[in-house]
Amino acid sequence: MADKLHFELVSPERLLFSADVEMVVVPGAEGDLGVLVDHAPLVALLRAGMVEVHDGGKVTARHFVRGGFAQVTPEGLTVLAEEALDMATTSKAALEAKLQDAQATLEAAADDNQRIAAEAHVAAIKEVVDAA
Amino acid sequence: MASLKDLKLRINSVKSTQKITKAMKMVAASKLRRAQEAAEAARPYAARMEQVLASLAAGVVMTEDMPKLLTGTGKDDVHLLVVATAERGLCGGFNSSIVRLARQRIQSLIAQGKTVKVLCVGRKGRDALRRDYGKLIIETIEVAGGVRKQGFPIAARISEKLFSLYEAGEFDVATVFYAEFKSAIAQIPTAQQIIPAALPEGDVEGPDLKGAIFTFEPDEEEILEALLPRNVAVQIYRALLENAASEEGARMSAMDNATRNAGDMINRLTLTYNRTRQAAITKELIEIISGAEAL
Repeated sequence: MADKLHFELVSPERLLFSADVEMVVVPGAEGDLGVLVDHAPLVALLRAGMVEVHDGGKVTARHFVRGGFAQVTPEGLTVLAEEALDMATTSKAALEAKLQDAQATLEAAADDNQRIAAEAHVAAIKEVVDAA
Repeated sequence: MASLKDLKLRINSVKSTQKITKAMKMVAASKLRRAQEAAEAARPYAARMEQVLASLAAGVVMTEDMPKLLTGTGKDDVHLLVVATAERGLCGGFNSSIVRLARQRIQSLIAQGKTVKVLCVGRKGRDALRRDYGKLIIETIEVAGGVRKQGFPIAARISEKLFSLYEAGEFDVATVFYAEFKSAIAQIPTAQQIIPAALPEGDVEGPDLKGAIFTFEPDEEEILEALLPRNVAVQIYRALLENAASEEGARMSAMDNATRNAGDMINRLTLTYNRTRQAAITKELIEIISGAEAL
């Protein structure tokens, strides 16, 4: 327990992931952060991107999150995602549908703030779709 | 005395009513299970959110230029009541108990000379409030197909609606009314203030940091700015999910009662039916016998 990081990923709908892992890479608003055990307490804003769980030197789980917050406490890391998709169970078709949704939101954006957020979202999904 | 035919018809009609209420009870029971699961699955998020908020609140100094969602507008003249009810009826006292609580609040606020505005979520609440407070209702949002089908986006939409009203200075305090789900037979109508954010009180302890302090990235203000609207949406979402579970619970017990009442009624009617039938047979026999004796 002492040399493992307790990681929880929650979306408004449910708790998606809860386990002790080696390292988690989260997409911080100002750059990706790798969180290991005994990380200093931190609250960070997230951008849309991939949360990667590393265990035994390999990536064991990947979740696409659409913004949210990460909180690091001595007990572990909690990611509060606005929306999260487990890449292991999400098909490419579903992702493409998401991309279209995001593009529709972008076109419907009423003001600059919304447009910027939608643009970032579209770009992040595109990256994922291309990689899949 | 009703004729045999009338009684027979009556029994049949009660029987078919009983079949309907029984089916509704079954449907409500299975929906309740799923709604309850959804409500429980959403709890970790709300709880964690509260923790993050608590740790932020501990590290932030209240200043003038703090987000308005946290500090409020400095007034409490205009109150917005978000009344969340069901889309459908036939669920016992569920809708009316929420509406009753909202109505009491409206009355006391008006008595204090405040302005009250009402935003209805769900058709039933609007129907009930329209008669007395029709002028106060600014909008009704219908949740077609239930909260679980609509998911989080519906809560996000409602909260965006609230923010645009708030920024336009349309209200100072927003309170959401819903029924908290305790069990299938107990739902508690609840009022919860969501704007300005009611900061977690002392009882929600932040995690033990072992003497260290939080680092914020980018910084407290920016995180707060993103977190506070999020918190409102989450609270609304939670309220809607609790409401959905409560609604099905209330419907299940209401339909259970109705089924039982129909059963009692069928028993009573069957007894009367049999008595009447026997009386008729006896009467016919007496007529035949006395006819034969007269010969």
